[in-house]
Amino acid sequence: MTATRLPAGGLIDRSRPIAFRFDGLALTGFAGDTLAAALLANDVAVVGRSFKLHRPRGVFGAGIDDPNTTVTRLAPRPATNLRATTTPIEAGAEYRSVGTWPNARHDLGAVAGAFGRLLPAGFYYKTFMAPNWHLFEPFIRAAAGLGRVPEAAWQPVSESRFGDCDLLVVGAGPAGLAAALAGARAGLRTILADDGERPGGRLLDEGPAARAWIDATVAELDGLHTLRRMPRSTVWGHHEQGFVSLLERAPPDAPDLDFRHWKLRAGAIVVAAGAFERSIAFADNDRPGVMLASAAGHYLDRYGVRPGADVLAFATNDSGYGPAFALAAAGAAVRIADARDTVDPALARAAAAAGIDLRPGTVVERALGRSRVAGAVLTGPGGRTERVACDLIAVAGGWNPAFHLASHSRRVRSVWNEALATFTAGDCPPDLVVVGAARGSFATEDCVREGWQAAAAIAAGLGRTGGPVAPPEGPEAPVTRAVAPLFLVPPAKPGAKLFVDLANDVTTADLGLALREGYRSIELVKRYTTAGMGIDQGKTGNVSVIAVVGALTGAAPGDVGTTTFRPPYAPVEFGAIAGARAEARLYPWRQTPLADWHLAAGGVIYEAGLRWQRPGYYPRAGEDYRTAAAREARAVREAVGVYDGTPLGRFRLKGPDVPALLDLVYVNDFASLAPGRGRYGIMLTDDGLILDDGVTFRLDETHWLLHSSTGAADRVHLHLEQILQVHRPDWRVSLIPVTSQWANATLCGPRARDVLAALNPDFDIAPAALPFMATVEGHVGGLPVRVCRVSWTGELSFELNTPARHAVELWQRIMAAGAPFGITPVGSEANHILRVEAGYISTGHEVDGTADVIDLGLGGMVSRRKADFIGKRSMELRRRLDPERFELVGLLPADPNRLVPEGAPLTPGGAATDQEGFVSACVASVALGRVVGLGLLKRGRARLGETVHARVRDEIVPLTVVPPVFHDADRTRVKS
Amino acid sequence: MLLIPCPWCGPRPEGEFVNLGEAVPPRPADPAALADDVWVETLIMRANVRGPHVERWWHQRSCGRIFAIERDTLTHAIRPLDPEARP
Amino acid sequence: MQRYSIYSLVRNALTHHEGWQRAWRSPPLKRRYQVVIVGAGGHGLSTAYHLAKEHGLTDVAVLEKGWLGGGNTARNTHTIRSNYIRDVSIRFHDVSVKLYEQMSRELNFNILFSQRSMIDLIQSFGKLRDLRRRSLAMALHGPQYQLISVDELQRRIPAMGSLDQVRLPPLAGMVHPEAAMARHDAVAWSYARAADARGVEIHQHTEVTGFVRGPDGAVTGVETNRGTVSADIVALATAGSTSDVARRAGLSLPLVTRNLQAFVSEPVKPLIDVIVNCPDVGLYLMQSDKGEIVIGGGTDPYPSYRQGSHFATFEDTVASLVELFPRFKALKMLRQWGGAIEFAYDASPIISKTDLPGLLVSTGWYGGFKSIPVGGLTFAHLIATGTPHPLAEAFGLDRFTGLKFLLEAGTVAQR
Repeated sequence: MTATRLPAGGLIDRSRPIAFRFDGLALTGFAGDTLAAALLANDVAVVGRSFKLHRPRGVFGAGIDDPNTTVTRLAPRPATNLRATTTPIEAGAEYRSVGTWPNARHDLGAVAGAFGRLLPAGFYYKTFMAPNWHLFEPFIRAAAGLGRVPEAAWQPVSESRFGDCDLLVVGAGPAGLAAALAGARAGLRTILADDGERPGGRLLDEGPAARAWIDATVAELDGLHTLRRMPRSTVWGHHEQGFVSLLERAPPDAPDLDFRHWKLRAGAIVVAAGAFERSIAFADNDRPGVMLASAAGHYLDRYGVRPGADVLAFATNDSGYGPAFALAAAGAAVRIADARDTVDPALARAAAAAGIDLRPGTVVERALGRSRVAGAVLTGPGGRTERVACDLIAVAGGWNPAFHLASHSRRVRSVWNEALATFTAGDCPPDLVVVGAARGSFATEDCVREGWQAAAAIAAGLGRTGGPVAPPEGPEAPVTRAVAPLFLVPPAKPGAKLFVDLANDVTTADLGLALREGYRSIELVKRYTTAGMGIDQGKTGNVSVIAVVGALTGAAPGDVGTTTFRPPYAPVEFGAIAGARAEARLYPWRQTPLADWHLAAGGVIYEAGLRWQRPGYYPRAGEDYRTAAAREARAVREAVGVYDGTPLGRFRLKGPDVPALLDLVYVNDFASLAPGRGRYGIMLTDDGLILDDGVTFRLDETHWLLHSSTGAADRVHLHLEQILQVHRPDWRVSLIPVTSQWANATLCGPRARDVLAALNPDFDIAPAALPFMATVEGHVGGLPVRVCRVSWTGELSFELNTPARHAVELWQRIMAAGAPFGITPVGSEANHILRVEAGYISTGHEVDGTADVIDLGLGGMVSRRKADFIGKRSMELRRRLDPERFELVGLLPADPNRLVPEGAPLTPGGAATDQEGFVSACVASVALGRVVGLGLLKRGRARLGETVHARVRDEIVPLTVVPPVFHDADRTRVKS
Repeated sequence: MLLIPCPWCGPRPEGEFVNLGEAVPPRPADPAALADDVWVETLIMRANVRGPHVERWWHQRSCGRIFAIERDTLTHAIRPLDPEARP
Repeated sequence: MQRYSIYSLVRNALTHHEGWQRAWRSPPLKRRYQVVIVGAGGHGLSTAYHLAKEHGLTDVAVLEKGWLGGGNTARNTHTIRSNYIRDVSIRFHDVSVKLYEQMSRELNFNILFSQRSMIDLIQSFGKLRDLRRRSLAMALHGPQYQLISVDELQRRIPAMGSLDQVRLPPLAGMVHPEAAMARHDAVAWSYARAADARGVEIHQHTEVTGFVRGPDGAVTGVETNRGTVSADIVALATAGSTSDVARRAGLSLPLVTRNLQAFVSEPVKPLIDVIVNCPDVGLYLMQSDKGEIVIGGGTDPYPSYRQGSHFATFEDTVASLVELFPRFKALKMLRQWGGAIEFAYDASPIISKTDLPGLLVSTGWYGGFKSIPVGGLTFAHLIATGTPHPLAEAFGLDRFTGLKFLLEAGTVAQR
């Protein structure tokens, strides 16, 4: 036993032991332990295996940056890729190391290590090519990946929330606490977010005086109504204009929530996120028992766990001494190898007093031991080497400031800092300030002062200056300053493995290989070796990679370059981001007021465009959609049908310049339209292609009602607004979308007028009084309606529009009044049959984004009177330069029962070659008792009578080209 | 998520707006008077600026107004333009 | 070119991999080349390789302002497919897929080409109609695109959850068996190495700042941060910056640049074998060989060079993801990023001469990773012969003078 739980100390609750299992071992920890702390307390050295070589790995860090301790939680709430260093233990929980078999201690995958020499960086680019990669890929895939996503995976419950504040302080260490205090005292609405459970940051590990200061500061903060303190809250992304993403775990006010995801707008942001300690590359620096010095101190102080009894601290700076002293005080034998030739005399004296063997000018050349550290080889002054025994190597390689969030916004650059041998934040704008260790200031007094000053300056900038102006006195704590820039200890033997990225198993040799092969830009080095692309996203390794590349190429690290910090700062659960937006809230439907009626009548409902739901058909027992649609269509041809036309886009236009607007947007003339009458129009975009079609009525001299197709309503709205606001702001037109104000029930069929008469209208419905394309306002049985004579079925039709609140009443009366005439509710499938028979075009079928008006046989509509309309110039230009167009035709399959799939290509002779058109629609016609189709065919109108061929995969279907109207060609029924 | 300064409603989240792209000049009064190549150019060419980009937004889910602002396409920094000017 | 194989790997292992040669040289920048290609991304490097291989043109320099393959080649979601609707597009991309199939062996560099098939989830009747039309058009030219039932869909994507609660329940699936993924960086590196071996020079950190013009206005070279370089032909393959670069020559192009984002999960054991595409909700995903789930969505709703993540689009994409894959709710996102995509006015590629003699352009690549081999093949043909490659005749800028758009969208709306 070398790692052990001390009898006292730590911020754990020793009265509450917690039993759990790890890799089959039954273990016990205490409430407040992370899994990593509990494993160390139980002296579990090997916690996982490395990603590529399956080398044994142990607890290395203490937070989100730990690259080694990924586990799966089998129960409760099965989930994988959890970091043992951030996962609190739970009673009865069962954890498993990832990617190991049978377990982390004995792992068959370790055989990969034997072939390690064959697996340098990018080895897969050089082999596995013959016969092909597919032969090898399954093995590589199975070997890669970390955990297995459990079958019954935990589905965390999350909600999303918007928030805003004047000041967001990220990190509740000394700098963050001081900033929050300054901001909140000055009256700024301040949020203090910290990803840990307890405020204090690194100060928590620095003794009772520091903790007393934290407690006092937090007590004051909690008394300020301007402050919201958010523990367990990670600000993971900073986008723009102060917009940040914040993940709050286990929100205290909502026990039913696992996460709350905040979309937060901050007036100003103070980044006080601290710093990550880094390691040093020496041979076998990945052995279990090699740990960051700060992590060793953290486990001791926070959890009362002493991670080693015989400690070798390897320091390049003073920060390694604190943990070393604490470990010595906790009874460990401690030796310090300090890479610096001279050590601060006070520190040296303190070390001597603590009984520590201090070796200045000494580095660790190699770790000894395999599944746990058993010793080390030191290289001292003059190159003298010495083997020493130890069970823990605590590495203090320096600190990498965590200014990721400032970098996300790209408003703050990374600059190389010689004294600290790392990248720090460059100049900050006034509303995005980096302070404390995140800025490279490691002395507690500096952190407190910087945090305070940053927030005070932000408050002053907003004219707020309440509260004391002097920073609070900071606690006494050890000070860490300059760093010896040591990233790499050259190995004594070739072939040694010096890891710079533990997460992805990248060694200094890999970096050297990449450089040797010409991958010299740092980005190429990283991509070729995968350094920095593992689960810690380079938090411990990135700076070392850059520095080692610098050392190997003779360049200063600042010239090697840096890499972009990309969100998220720490991995974030997808379920948290989605919040409660799954299911019904993901994709809200638009429903007409008649939706319940349709469902009760057995209607099958689906989307008809722009999220509008409409009945497709109303199947009776034994019917499929084809037989149901045919029955409905036949009812319309022979008697009467009714369909819900509510989703159709509607716009009310008013003003003296409406005629000018309509004449500009439609290809045909509208100014001449008489009040009470309507006209079918087609509008183009200015590149000469069809935007939409629909009927517009002139209700009176200045008041118009424009219809768009369902799916095009938003596009048409925008088109009209752009003309009115941008291109012709001088025109006096009021435009209001009124789609959902109205419900629409459309009666269609030879008995439609009889049904309308039975509804008891208070207006004349005789053909002479209400002819085709006329409109009238009135009442049916007391219900207000606007009736429009429009048809899309090839039958006599009356559109009854009523304010949406009367929809159900009107519909029920129609069904009752229509019963004697055999009225049948009709869905969009029957509508499709009817409109194809009648030869009416449809958006999404014939109007496929390439056809123009003339192609569709509607050239007669194009005004010869108007000098200009939108799309005219382009349409004419295109047709002039390339007259060979695909034109609308009717198509009759030689086999009258052969339905051709819509979209089937037409090719010369049915050959497998370029298309000369396509079948846009094909239905079993109820009027003709055979299959009919529409299509677009190259020079189609000149080819009537010709046989053309659709190719349906390997089948060739002959079709006769006919005019594109199969029913009521002279429109007598429509106009009856 | 951008905050768009609507000249009529103040700063609002971008979800209320529809971006209309580069603020190309208003449609020529008489397209027929333009040579083919000039017409095609006005129709399809875009400056596609990498940097300060004058563009139109439609405040569809609020006041309904279309207005122009300058947005840096690299940083999303926004500068309001004269609301009285033709958008 | 040093041969890569398992044998060379073993041999080099014995000397601790000290003996590997450089994959490409760093020659001095000459003052003159026959051809200067601007942009050492996938397209620029593929063009250089094909110039050397197909046309024997090796007096070629590829100038790159950053590091090679560092633009959209480094940022895309490495999907290769040929499911288009127009004849020219199908044929063009079908050739690209076939070139990809051969690439690892041809270039002696494993690009990890993995033909895993793509499945489109069809969640609306409009999309069904659109994809069915595509499928029938593709059948004319070879690529497969087959309708499958919802049961089959679930069998092929077992990680998907129950579809009962899905807001847009899938109606069917469409399988494109030729679809593949490949290691995007390796595509750039393999072309760079092979082009270099044939004599092409690649110059990184060499930024084109302007153009040299002859008395007749023709482009006769480029100004760079390392001096002037003259050339008979200057060819732009500068995805993301083409408008900017062309402007320095006084050339306007019908392009708009938008940000397209992507993100990956932490690596997990194999979970999804196929590329899944959900066009109705704007989501696609696949699992890389490393185990990361690579996820993409739609483009940002406005022009942008920001190369980041648009939050609302991101949130929509994630919501769609966890609705179809509820098991992913506890899975974590590891990294997100964006790329600057250039859309031509009709959203089809441009491989073309320009109004300026001596200046050629290859742009408009939306999902251009899939087109890298054939894009390079055809652009090289245009550069070397002065006439468009038969596969790319439709992609000239001249199509715009007649407003003869090459619209791939298929349908514009639903019934």
